[in-house]
Amino acid sequence: MSAPATTGTPDRYLYFPGCSLKGTGVAYEESLLALFRLLGIGVDELEDWNCCGATSYMAISEGSAFALAARNLALAQRAGARELMAPCSACYLVLMKTLDYRKRYPSVDQSVREALERANLPATNGVKVRHPLEILYTDIGAARIKSKVVRPWTGGRLACYYGCQAVRPYSEVDDPHRPTRMEELLNAVGVPTVDYTLRTKCCGGSLTGTIPTVGVRLNYELLKEAVRNGAEAIVTICPLCQFNLDAYQSQIRAEIWKTLDVPVLYITQVLGWMLGGEWKELGLNRSISGGSVLRRWMTAPKEKEAYV
Amino acid sequence: MPSSIDTSKTHGPNPVMPDAFPAVQGPVAVFTRAKDESLIRRRIRYQREADVGWTQRVMSQPGCEELYACIQCGTCSATCPLSIYMDFTPRRVIQLVREGFRQDALRSQTIWLCASCYACAVQCPQQIHITDVMYTLKREAIAAKLAPRRFPIPVLASVFYNMVRSRGRTFELWVVMRLMLRTNPLGMLSMARTGLALLRTGRLSLSFERVKARHELQAMLPPTEEAN
Repeated sequence: MSAPATTGTPDRYLYFPGCSLKGTGVAYEESLLALFRLLGIGVDELEDWNCCGATSYMAISEGSAFALAARNLALAQRAGARELMAPCSACYLVLMKTLDYRKRYPSVDQSVREALERANLPATNGVKVRHPLEILYTDIGAARIKSKVVRPWTGGRLACYYGCQAVRPYSEVDDPHRPTRMEELLNAVGVPTVDYTLRTKCCGGSLTGTIPTVGVRLNYELLKEAVRNGAEAIVTICPLCQFNLDAYQSQIRAEIWKTLDVPVLYITQVLGWMLGGEWKELGLNRSISGGSVLRRWMTAPKEKEAYV
Repeated sequence: MPSSIDTSKTHGPNPVMPDAFPAVQGPVAVFTRAKDESLIRRRIRYQREADVGWTQRVMSQPGCEELYACIQCGTCSATCPLSIYMDFTPRRVIQLVREGFRQDALRSQTIWLCASCYACAVQCPQQIHITDVMYTLKREAIAAKLAPRRFPIPVLASVFYNMVRSRGRTFELWVVMRLMLRTNPLGMLSMARTGLALLRTGRLSLSFERVKARHELQAMLPPTEEAN
């Protein structure tokens, strides 16, 4: 199915951005592309991809949800790829689930197969779904990332927040019960992390928009616990987690926690910065909360001297 | 005919949606002349109200096969980050389904509060795919029009669904505007601050992306399906 481990790291990945990475999560796309470029690995966007359907489509029609996701995998297959990188947790889960359910349920496989045949797309699938964290950890490895560090970390301690759908229910990205790969990568390049007990607790997803009293409360708990454990920023691997934790801080400030101002970063931004990426290129200018903290941490030494 | 169970007596008033599921009067009030008859309601279900055939239909759906393996341990409810807001905890929903109490399960807020975080599914000692059970109930509640009409979560699912059907991609701004118009038009004002912050940081996409090969989507998706 996938390339054997002995062939080493592929030098190009095909990538499925999904809707979030083109909108609210644009900093994730920017920093992911910059990080892979700095690592010397090419990334190509899947041509004419469609929305994965996230959690909403599955709530209306399971058959259509699987078919929509399968189209993206079929496009990757047609492009000759063996692997498809899906950075968004919702996209990752939907694609993984489609592969899994096609294998486990002949009825699901048959309806997906028929739908793909109607659209003249390849009906069989040998494409493997990969998450960037998994690629960074297993394919590229902490040692190779460390060897490319040009800018030592000058910021504070980070809480690694994995969220839900990237690590659950499938365990390829990390251990579903206690994931640690973000910490391992960050510690290896010299970024201090804290023990974050709520690392896999759900951010509520779209609940912040649909039932704010419930959704914003969940994010308040996540932020509070991170700060209580000594973190000065949160690192995520999901555009929805980043959006929820970042964009609703003003509401939490207004209601309960006046001094709250915590930067919420993608791991690709942190690693990209250490590998020499530029501020704008990594989307660091797109944080809604914690911008001043970030600027203090990430002012390059030369610029700092200029201020003095 | 079966009414939804009034949980306000056992759980206190629900802070999320106090009136979203008004309890239908049960037949028991006929025998009473209490001042407020609506307060007197049968709190248990009778066997004859159960639809066991429905249980079997739910269990035929992918991921829902193992419902009878549930030992009612409550690990799902304990793990669930949203169970404190639910009218029935996930454990109770599983039991409602197993007993065939279709209306109670389908009218429950629980299925809509489930954010699909899969915490219950990975913790369940019997490996029951509880998230899939919730999805199955969501689909049936929408199809049977038992989902509350102005409750934002099923409305979001429909808006999202129709957009992906026609365009192949979602447009976040449009999803939010449609959602607010259909559920809470005044709420748009409170969203404005978030919207402005996104606009300022260049995170609010203003272009409506479409899939080029829409004929492929049309060929793949059944033509009659349309959520409203």
